[in-house]
Amino acid sequence: MKFLRQFKVLTLVTAVTATFSMSAQAETLRLLTWGGYAPQDVVEQFEKETGIEVKITLSNNEDMISKLRATRGAGFDLAQPSQDRIVSAHADFNIYKPMDLSKIDTAKIIPSMLAATKKNTEFEGEVYGVPHVWGTSGLIVNREAAGTVKDYTDLCDDSLSGSVSYRLKRPTLIGFAFALGEDPFAAYGDTEKYQAILNKVEEKLVSCKSNVKAYWSGGDALLNLMRSGEVSAAMAWDAGGWKLNSENPDITFVAPASGALGWIDTFVLPRKTKAEDAAYKWINFVMQPEVAARITESAGNFTASKGSDDFVNDTLKAQFKQSFPEADLDNINWYPPVPAGLEVMEGKVLDRVKAAN
Amino acid sequence: MSDASGNFNRTQYRLGFWLLLAPIVLWLSLLIILPHIDMVLVSLRERIASRQYGFSFGNYTAFFTEPLYWNTFVRTAVMSIVATVLTLIIAFPVSFYIAKVLTGRPRIALFILCLLPFWVSELVRTYGWMILLRETGLISGALQWFGLADQPVEMLYNDVAIMVGLIYTSMLFMVVPLVTTLDSLDNSLIEAGYDLGGSSWNVMRSIVIPHAMPGIMSGCIVVFMLTLGNYLTPTLLGGKSSLWFTEQIYTQFITRFNWEQGAAFGILLLILSSLIVWLGLKITRQSFTRVMS
Repeated sequence: MKFLRQFKVLTLVTAVTATFSMSAQAETLRLLTWGGYAPQDVVEQFEKETGIEVKITLSNNEDMISKLRATRGAGFDLAQPSQDRIVSAHADFNIYKPMDLSKIDTAKIIPSMLAATKKNTEFEGEVYGVPHVWGTSGLIVNREAAGTVKDYTDLCDDSLSGSVSYRLKRPTLIGFAFALGEDPFAAYGDTEKYQAILNKVEEKLVSCKSNVKAYWSGGDALLNLMRSGEVSAAMAWDAGGWKLNSENPDITFVAPASGALGWIDTFVLPRKTKAEDAAYKWINFVMQPEVAARITESAGNFTASKGSDDFVNDTLKAQFKQSFPEADLDNINWYPPVPAGLEVMEGKVLDRVKAAN
Repeated sequence: MSDASGNFNRTQYRLGFWLLLAPIVLWLSLLIILPHIDMVLVSLRERIASRQYGFSFGNYTAFFTEPLYWNTFVRTAVMSIVATVLTLIIAFPVSFYIAKVLTGRPRIALFILCLLPFWVSELVRTYGWMILLRETGLISGALQWFGLADQPVEMLYNDVAIMVGLIYTSMLFMVVPLVTTLDSLDNSLIEAGYDLGGSSWNVMRSIVIPHAMPGIMSGCIVVFMLTLGNYLTPTLLGGKSSLWFTEQIYTQFITRFNWEQGAAFGILLLILSSLIVWLGLKITRQSFTRVMS
C-alpha cells in the first residue's frame, strides 16, 4: 500500500507541475512561417515590448497545410500560407479560424492588397487571411551563360542542355502553361480544359527533360547550384535572384515575357490557436513600416505594409526596378484561389514528368 | 502463513513482470500497432467532396493500374536488392578479416573505423558525398588537376551515386552481424578443413559460409529494409529521374495532401517488403527465428 500511496503523490505532483508550467507558458506565440519572415532582431524587439515569447517554425505552403491537417488546426497560433492555398485547404480539412479584422490596424496595410486577399480568402462569408509579404516567381538567369532566356519555354533551348533547374511543383506547371500561350487561371473552374492544358505542359516538360540538371527542392540548394555555375538558368523566386545578384552581378532575376507569377503570403489563425491576442499583436507589430522594412531586408521581398518602401535600402529597390520595369509589373499573373481537387491532377502530371526518360 | 507470503511474493513478482513489460507493450501498441491500424483505415477511404469520405479500394487499385507507381516500387525493390548484395560482397571480406585474421588492438581499431562514420548523422554523411561527387566537387577537381579529365565531371544525380550512398549508409549493419557469427566459428574447424585437403575456396564454401548463413541473412534483412525505407539518400543524391518509393509516399502525404493514397502505399510497402524478405528466407532455406537469434 505504501507503494501505491507514493505513486499517488508522485502523480499528483507531476500533474500540478504540468498545470503550472502550462500556465506560465501561456504568453507564447507559436509562429508557423517562412525563412526570413521573422528575423531575430524583430522577434527580440517584439518580445521586449510585449513580453510575449515567440517560437518560430520554418515551413512552406504544403508543409504548413500538412502540419495543421495532422493536428486538426492545433500546435500553432499563427500561420503564413499563400493566399491562393487557404480556402481549398480550409474547405477540405477545416484547419483555420476566421480573422477578426477589427483587431487589425488595417490602415497600415496597402488597401488594394488587403482587398485582394480579403476576396481570395473568403469562405462562407468569413475572411481568413490578411496579406503580409508578397513577391513573384520567375526566372533566375546567369546572363553570361544563358542571356537568351526570356521566358519559361526558353529553358528548353538546346544550348542549355544539362544546366537548367526548376522545382517539380505547381508553379512550374502554371509558368509553362502561360509561356505556351494558355491561361491556366481562367481554366481553374473547368477541369476538362485544365487537364488539356496540363497535358500540353507535360509533353513540353518531358520533351526537354534532358536540359534539366536536377529538380531543386530547397531554396539554398538552388542558390548553390547557381553560385557554382552548375546551373545557368532556373525557375525560382525573385528574392533568391536578387540575393545572388548582390554576390555576382551576372546573375539576376528576370520577369518572364509571359508574366511573372505573383503570390501573397498571408497571416491566418489556425483553428485551435491558443494565443489569439498575441497573434493580432504580432500582425500589428510587423505591419509598422520600419519593422516591415527590416523583414523586407531579411526575406528579400516587399511587404503589404504601407510606406515601408521608404525604409528599405536602395540596392534592393534598384534590383526590383531592374527586374520589373513598369510594363512587367502590370504583366504579373496573380494566383487566384486554387479550387480543391486540381492539385491531384497536377500531382499526377508531376509524377509522370519525374518518371519520364 | 507461509501460503499467504508465498502468494504475496507471487503477486509482487507478477507486478514486476508487468511493469517491466509495460514500456515495450506501450511502445508497440501506441507507436506501431495503433498507427498502422489507423493507416489501414485511412487507406480504405476516398475523398468524395470537401470533408466527405467514402469507403473504397481505389487507392490500392491505383497502385496496380497506374504503371508509374508500380514501376517505382519495382525499381526501388531491385535497387535495394542490388545494394544489399553489393554491401554483402564488400562487407564479407572485411568482417572475415576483423573476426578471423586480426586479434587484439588492430581488430578493435578496424571495427571502430567501420563504426566511426555513424557518429555523424545520415544527413551530414550524405552532404559529404554531395561535396565529393558534384560537378564542382573534390573528385571532379582532382581528376582535372591530374589531367585525367579536361572538363568538370558530374558524378552526382544518378543511380550510381544513390548506390554508393546506400552502401555506405548500410555497411555497419552488415558488418556487425557478420563479425558476430564469424567470431563464433571455431578456428579448428577451418584448420580441419585444410587438413582434409580442402582448398581455400572449398573451406570458404562448405565451412565458413554455411556457418555464417544466419548472420548473412540477418544482415541482409536489416540492410534491405533500411535501404528500401531510406528517404534522404535517394532524394539528395538521386537525379531528375530517380524515383524512390518512400519519396512517393512522402509526396502523397505532404505535397499532394492525399493521405489516403499515401497510406495505401505505406501498407503496400510493408506487405511487399515482408514478402520479399520471406522469399529470400525461403530461397536460402533459413528460418526467421534462427536468423534473428
